[in-house]
Amino acid sequence: MPPIVEVINLVKKYGDLTAVDGISFTVQEGEIFSLLGPNGAGKTTTLSILSTLFSPTAGEAIICGHPVTKEPMAVKRVIGVVPQEIALYEDLTALENLNFWGKMYGLSGRDLSRRIDQVLELTGLKERARQRIKTYSGGMKRRVNIGVGLLHQPRLLFMDEPTVGIDPQSRRAILDSVKELNRAGMTILYTTHYMEEAQELSDRVGIIDHGKLIALGTQDELTAQVGEMDTLILHLGENEDPIHLAEGLKSLPGVLQANPTDHEVAIVTASAEEALAPVVSRANEMGFKIYSVDMREPNLEAVFLHLTGRALRE
Amino acid sequence: MGLRKLFLIAFKDLRLIFRDPAALIMMLLAPFLLTIGMGALTGGFSGGGGSTFSDIPVEIVNLDEGILGQTLVDVFTSPELEALVSPRLSTDLGAAQALVDSNQSAAVVCIPAGFSESLLSPRTQGSSAAPIEFYANPTMPNSAGFLRSLVDQFVNQVEIGRVSGEVIVTQLLENGLISYQQAPDIGAQIGYEMGQASATSSSIRIKADLAEGEALEFNILAYMAPSMALMFLMFTVTYGARSLLVEDRAGTLPRMLVAPTSSASVLGGKFAGIFLTAIAQLTILIGGTSLMFSLQWGDTMGVILLILAAAFGATGWGVLFAAILKTPGQIAVTGSAVMLLFGLLGGSFFDLSMLPGWVQMLNKITPNFWGNDGFFILGIGGQVKDISTHLTALLIMGGVLFAFASIWIGKRGLARK
Repeated sequence: MPPIVEVINLVKKYGDLTAVDGISFTVQEGEIFSLLGPNGAGKTTTLSILSTLFSPTAGEAIICGHPVTKEPMAVKRVIGVVPQEIALYEDLTALENLNFWGKMYGLSGRDLSRRIDQVLELTGLKERARQRIKTYSGGMKRRVNIGVGLLHQPRLLFMDEPTVGIDPQSRRAILDSVKELNRAGMTILYTTHYMEEAQELSDRVGIIDHGKLIALGTQDELTAQVGEMDTLILHLGENEDPIHLAEGLKSLPGVLQANPTDHEVAIVTASAEEALAPVVSRANEMGFKIYSVDMREPNLEAVFLHLTGRALRE
Repeated sequence: MGLRKLFLIAFKDLRLIFRDPAALIMMLLAPFLLTIGMGALTGGFSGGGGSTFSDIPVEIVNLDEGILGQTLVDVFTSPELEALVSPRLSTDLGAAQALVDSNQSAAVVCIPAGFSESLLSPRTQGSSAAPIEFYANPTMPNSAGFLRSLVDQFVNQVEIGRVSGEVIVTQLLENGLISYQQAPDIGAQIGYEMGQASATSSSIRIKADLAEGEALEFNILAYMAPSMALMFLMFTVTYGARSLLVEDRAGTLPRMLVAPTSSASVLGGKFAGIFLTAIAQLTILIGGTSLMFSLQWGDTMGVILLILAAAFGATGWGVLFAAILKTPGQIAVTGSAVMLLFGLLGGSFFDLSMLPGWVQMLNKITPNFWGNDGFFILGIGGQVKDISTHLTALLIMGGVLFAFASIWIGKRGLARK
């Protein structure tokens, strides 16, 4: 079966800046595919090209058999988009917003009313449907934002960091609904900089950094790239210098990498348990105060660290 | 389908702007209060029925010995204008101007020597008609404005007669129906008769209005209300234009663009939203002031067409700002500055005849000028045909600006990144 999304050497340049640098990947029908990368990696630009908002500088993307550069209207008909920002009218009610966006997607009459009811049910906002969006909490706005993308029941849904800036409870609800939509047959292309979300949701993950796709595969395939390595995260106080500490720890036996970030040092080691004592001891000798230590088994964060030498949050 | 979405976007914008209290204050309350305030300042509420034009003192200095000078004098001294103007005839320009300077008269209309001759005799290359001099009293701007409109109307009609005469004589000559020796006399006769007929028809129109008892009671608020409405119309269109950039930043514009809708429909919808809002604002203000102050706006069809045309011309400016400016803040600042500048240039604050000639040329780029003048003409009894130039100018203005903005946005792309 041909892939529902095929991205071929996609490039997007803004003057001297290359936001997307020759990305290629495919998404199969029924998959949840995540693009994981830090802020500014090129995830949103990639999604904007796939959703026909921007033209690529080079390359092509084919969505459901339609090239985005040549048949944008056909592409628009099969996709749904949930943008990163709350793209709603604050002075309209949820009902008015859904009504407007439903009509923009060509729905009308009973079909539109039925779909609005279903979306309000799904988002749990039926009771407050007649209140203006500006009176909603951040999580409720996010839910309506997602609901708009689902109104016309697209085959393929693009979700651009849909959980940014919301409380854990709303985040949980959104992740559950993403899984539910996928179970119902919807293909989802999801972008995030949260490793945990990519790990929980995705069948396959593409790791993106500085506009390049630096790794692609299932989670097992990706974590296999870092072997059986563990990661130790040392949390420091605000006035501590993580660069200095990382330099001091690199020479310890068993420490393969020591990467400083904001108030943290991430250490890649063959065994976190064996490395812990000497690491803490050296840090104390150097006069550093360690507030807490996280021990992590191989995961996507470790893969990113392994590939870039930086943490995802940088 | 595209048109349906265009109107969907336009009516959504209309709904949004009418839910924004700050916008409503600027769109409706501010011009309404300013109309009342300026009306009170200029005596618009005195005497029950409001300030009216009547017995406007005017000095007529006729130095012309020809027939057209006398025709203009006849217009001012006609029974139809008897209640409206109080002309005093004189041959001493200095004395007449002194009366204006001492606030005893609203204006001097000086018909120069050779005025008829210059119009009715064949033009040689480089020659021009001797101009009528209009000396206005700055402390009586509305009375002076009214008198000027009478003179302008007369001059325009005579000019039409002159040009028509030239065309007819040329045709007669080319067809051998008259000789070159006969041409000057025949041309002068045709020009005179057409000018005379035009002047008479103007008088007839005024007379007809007097018979209704309406045009004579020209309330000063009927000038103030459209002036203020047109000035704040510029706020409305820049607010609408600003919404294009606000929506881009908020993500709703990109969201519309990824829906199965063409960019042209989205852009057209945004522009139509500005246009509808502008129409709604003008209609509410004009309707509201009509009801509250019993203002007579004149010919209904003319008022409707002028509202549509003024809204269209102003929308052109709004979309231009949306195209060339980069941030909502830039549009807000530019919009406020342009609102005041166009208000000044367009005659929302004082009579334009007091301004230098180059300013009077420059103000033709403002919808305020054409709108103010158009409403004034309708208010003193004009019909649609009398404001046809105004309607055409506003439509051309809107069309040219809209085309320019569309090309600009087309090159740049609707969503900015």
